[in-house]
Amino acid sequence: MAQAQLKQWRTVITYSDEMRRSIEKVTATRPLRVKQSFPKLKPEEKKELLAKYHPDYKPGTARKLVVGANKGEMIVNELCNVVEAYSRMNPEKADLTEIRIHTDVLVIGGGGAGAAAALAARQEDASVVLCTKLRFGDSNTMMAQGGIQAADKANDSPATHYLDIMGGGGYTNIPSLVQALVLDAPSVIEWLEELGMMFDKETDGTFVTMHGGGTSRRRMHAARDYTGAEIMRTLRDEVLNRDIQVIEFSPAVELLTDVEGSCVGAVLLNMETNEFIVVQTKKTIIATGGCGRLHPQEFPTTNHYGATADGLALAYRVGCKLAFVDTIQYHPTGVAFPELISGQLITEKMRSLGAQLVNVDGERFVNELETRDAVASAIIKECKERKKGVETPGGLVGVWLDTPLIDILKGTGRTLRLAPAMVRQFKRFGIGIINDPVLVYPSQHYQNGGVLIDESGRTNVPNLYVAGEAAGGIHGRNRLMGNSLLDILVFGRRAGKDAAQKSRAASGGKPTLNHVARFHKELKKAGITPDRRSPVLLPDYRSEEAKIEVEAFAVKGWE
Amino acid sequence: MSSKNSNVTIYVFGKEYQVPQNLTILTAMEQLGYRLLRGCGCRSGFCGACATVYRIQGDFRLRTGLACQTPVKDGMVFSMLPFHPATKPQYNIKELQPNLQSLIRYYPEIMRCLQCNSCSRACPQDLPVIDVMAAAMRGDIAIAADLSFDCIMCGLCATRCPAEIVQYYVAILARRLYGTRLAPRSKHLQERLAEIKSGRYDEELAKLANMSTQELAKLYNAREIELEAA
Repeated sequence: MAQAQLKQWRTVITYSDEMRRSIEKVTATRPLRVKQSFPKLKPEEKKELLAKYHPDYKPGTARKLVVGANKGEMIVNELCNVVEAYSRMNPEKADLTEIRIHTDVLVIGGGGAGAAAALAARQEDASVVLCTKLRFGDSNTMMAQGGIQAADKANDSPATHYLDIMGGGGYTNIPSLVQALVLDAPSVIEWLEELGMMFDKETDGTFVTMHGGGTSRRRMHAARDYTGAEIMRTLRDEVLNRDIQVIEFSPAVELLTDVEGSCVGAVLLNMETNEFIVVQTKKTIIATGGCGRLHPQEFPTTNHYGATADGLALAYRVGCKLAFVDTIQYHPTGVAFPELISGQLITEKMRSLGAQLVNVDGERFVNELETRDAVASAIIKECKERKKGVETPGGLVGVWLDTPLIDILKGTGRTLRLAPAMVRQFKRFGIGIINDPVLVYPSQHYQNGGVLIDESGRTNVPNLYVAGEAAGGIHGRNRLMGNSLLDILVFGRRAGKDAAQKSRAASGGKPTLNHVARFHKELKKAGITPDRRSPVLLPDYRSEEAKIEVEAFAVKGWE
Repeated sequence: MSSKNSNVTIYVFGKEYQVPQNLTILTAMEQLGYRLLRGCGCRSGFCGACATVYRIQGDFRLRTGLACQTPVKDGMVFSMLPFHPATKPQYNIKELQPNLQSLIRYYPEIMRCLQCNSCSRACPQDLPVIDVMAAAMRGDIAIAADLSFDCIMCGLCATRCPAEIVQYYVAILARRLYGTRLAPRSKHLQERLAEIKSGRYDEELAKLANMSTQELAKLYNAREIELEAA
């Protein structure tokens, strides 16, 4: 192809000699593994594996909350640092008299949940403003590759989907939320089709569906391996068609409450001009996503640049209950080589398609379609305890994801057709995943918990909703592949609809920061010092030297 | 690759710096002390926020890439183009037919396409954008949709187009028209929707929701797993 010729100047990164030697073993065992079935873990084996190797179980990685609605309950340290933190605003000094925007519904966050909520609210004729920290669409939704679950085939049912979810979540999920999720799933697929999303289909319209880790039916619907991107760009295009005001680079940095404690709006920060924008609303929907850029336990992350749990911080200060915030999902297959893209996602779909996980000697060690918590734990065990990992020149360790099996099992050309993003991701660096395996290690992927919601996305704070990854309860302690793209749309739409319908009667009082003043008092009493502030907004990846120089000049604004 | 500590010289917006060579354009900028707001999104090559143009000193060619996916190279002079000024018209997708008229109604400039291939050469996804435009001009919505499917809407094609076409907006209109009008609809989905509407699953789900953990675990561990298709 002409283009391929033209772009040969790209930097090529090659496997080291040591890695090559291991790849030879992988190639040698491949013919034996093609038809090999690897046993699934028994319930007690899985329990032991998680307890010994899952990062959640490592002592000292979570602590008790000392203030707020979940006082006394455990929370992951990195999340604790943002929820038990002072506001960026001074409640005594902030001037809230100039209200710049009045709207029925404010959606905070421009990912899939936010876009779905905005569309659903607009459908009910509410006026809608959507604000977001980066560009509209910069979100984890955009990066989701593998698929979206829905029980819509004859051999499947919402009840079977329900059972898979509960088992995957360790039977801790909130049943009413799971019921809503599985029952709405087919209608979400229909909605996406009507909006013009391009799913993988047979010529008669039958969806091409696959397994994911922990599914008992093949119910993963996909759009090649750009499923999330296809959903996001379709929803974004539709929002832009629908008279919804979108404000980019302007995250909410605080919520507003009236004297009764109801949420009546938010303060946005235009990060480009450092100007505050006061928004008064009847209903507010937080859809700010996850927390990967806080780097729990210093893991790399598959998340986008803005995933700093901002919504969790705002919601906790205003009095929301959190749920399952002591557990984080690590995706089994983050990139371990090339090191300059380490941590980036390699979709679980590769394993759905037949790629196996093998160690330095080319041996399998886990059934690849166990739930994510179990597969990630097995990889950690293989590398850390059994020392059967493969070391990269830069000192990272990983196991092989034997991707060449996909073309062998599914037919020549199928990897390229079904996983073009993955082929491209490695081809950019000169690695061909159709002929060579790729090196992987777990990477932080998902915030299992978040703000506790009900079936309409409502929180315990009046007029405040949460949808998407920022919400908690749906997935319990471990989410299955393909249920996040589903949950953002199910609960985004439910929250948007309910908020818009109820905004007709609502009339909020005068906006204040009373809740912030109250929370600050609690923090002070607990001995937490004001140098801990949130929302974090963006991670800081400058080198230590560069940071020290900047500190000397006292930079202002969002930094 | 040579030793990882060896440095290369790069020019950030023309300004000279030395950085280790095992970095991408994005991470090199950060290490130097740039704290990015625009020009950084997913950091994984999926969102198109970090479109970048560059030259290697001594080479006349203007190259393009994503800052998060492009390793630095000695003599690289680059600039990010984090935003492309393009206006997106509003349309009601349900009222449009999947044909040439729909594309031309909103993007009449597509007929100015010279088939010069500048768009394809600029595409960091290596898509055959020229063929997408050729299909668009023929009104072949299905081909335009299929060939443009991996587009991340970074805008680099549009910055290089002498006909001033915004290819990524044309392409998403084609894809949405294909998805909603031309893609075959699924029968099994409609059947399931009707069943759900009739309340067929309500009782079973209510029963599951009221089960104890032990009862659920028993069902879960005994559940039948559908075989992977060969």
